[in-house]
Amino acid sequence: MKLVNLSINDKEIQAEEGMPLLQVCLDNDIYVPNLCYLEGMEEPHASCRLCFVEIEGRPVASCTVKVRDALVVRTDTEQVRRLQRTALQFLLSTHHVNCKECPANKKCELQRIAKFLKVGLKPKHLEQHLKDIETDDSHPVLNYYPNRCVLCGKCIYVCRKKHGHALLTFAKRGIHTVISFYGKEDMERLPGKECLACVKICPVSAITLKA
Amino acid sequence: MDETILAEKEAMLESIRSDVADFGKERRDLIPILQMIQERHAYLSPEAIKTVAEHLDIPTCEVFGVATFYNQFRFHPPGRHPIKVCLGTACHVRAGDIILENFERKLGIRDGETTSDKEFSIERVACVGCCALAPVALVGETVHGKMAPSKVEGLLLRIQIEKEKAERERREEEEK
Repeated sequence: MKLVNLSINDKEIQAEEGMPLLQVCLDNDIYVPNLCYLEGMEEPHASCRLCFVEIEGRPVASCTVKVRDALVVRTDTEQVRRLQRTALQFLLSTHHVNCKECPANKKCELQRIAKFLKVGLKPKHLEQHLKDIETDDSHPVLNYYPNRCVLCGKCIYVCRKKHGHALLTFAKRGIHTVISFYGKEDMERLPGKECLACVKICPVSAITLKA
Repeated sequence: MDETILAEKEAMLESIRSDVADFGKERRDLIPILQMIQERHAYLSPEAIKTVAEHLDIPTCEVFGVATFYNQFRFHPPGRHPIKVCLGTACHVRAGDIILENFERKLGIRDGETTSDKEFSIERVACVGCCALAPVALVGETVHGKMAPSKVEGLLLRIQIEKEKAERERREEEEK
């Protein structure tokens, strides 16, 4: 293990070489918005486009940057914030904002990030694109809410980690993408209520235990 | 009626099972298998997807995820009168999406689906090659140019009447 010195927002920081920059920021109490990253991911897929930071004047997704010596990073430039706000607004434009009735209310990552970036939950200049199906109840013990989901893929990741293969998956494509359990799986092949890894990891309560 | 459908399904599944057995069990075999099933049976039924998953020993949802990513796979059997609504550039400009919406509303199904009596299915296609007639819809092999929302009901009605007429004639034939 080799330690390297880098600077984040003019703060001198020591970190293990090769660590994801996002992780180093978070470990040093420098908050960078993020939705799809989890500690220990071998290859972060950088799909939420929120964890931008600026290195040498260029914005990069910090989860994909490996820490090296003499790196100079800024996490709070105007350029970075603009990218993050746009990315968040796109996410919100496909999100059914109904916080009052949402179980994630007050512990929701979207709310937290919107507050941090000072973005309204209902972006006015973007059209809302909601999916027709409000609840997918095809799974025997879980419910899925496509209009809450931010498609971060954390549920798929934890499921694969835990069971060796993922029992839920991205289905369809583009703006129609959803998480799907595909209800035709045999009950014996599912862990049922034993494992609620996906429910626990979901940042926006898009997967919940059936009431 | 239900029994014949059930028997057909069973026969289809049986043939899929034996066809799938000819393929390898690697992940790279997944799409060729799906293409083979679609080619022979025109769609991927839930049971077919499960059969493929069992053959490759991967979760069913993974097969479903891959299959739904591609436009070439359908998940409902085509109806006796497959309706194809063109949404190519010219038809798009001439509001082909409203024609599609009309068919969907009149039949109570979404594009890619089939009515429960298996009479109609709706599909969106990109250009059928007669842009001058935009917006265009195909019912079976027949091209209907210069479509208008008001023509949708008439089209469906005509098919319905033709069907009833054929049935009546058949019955009369039998009585003779």
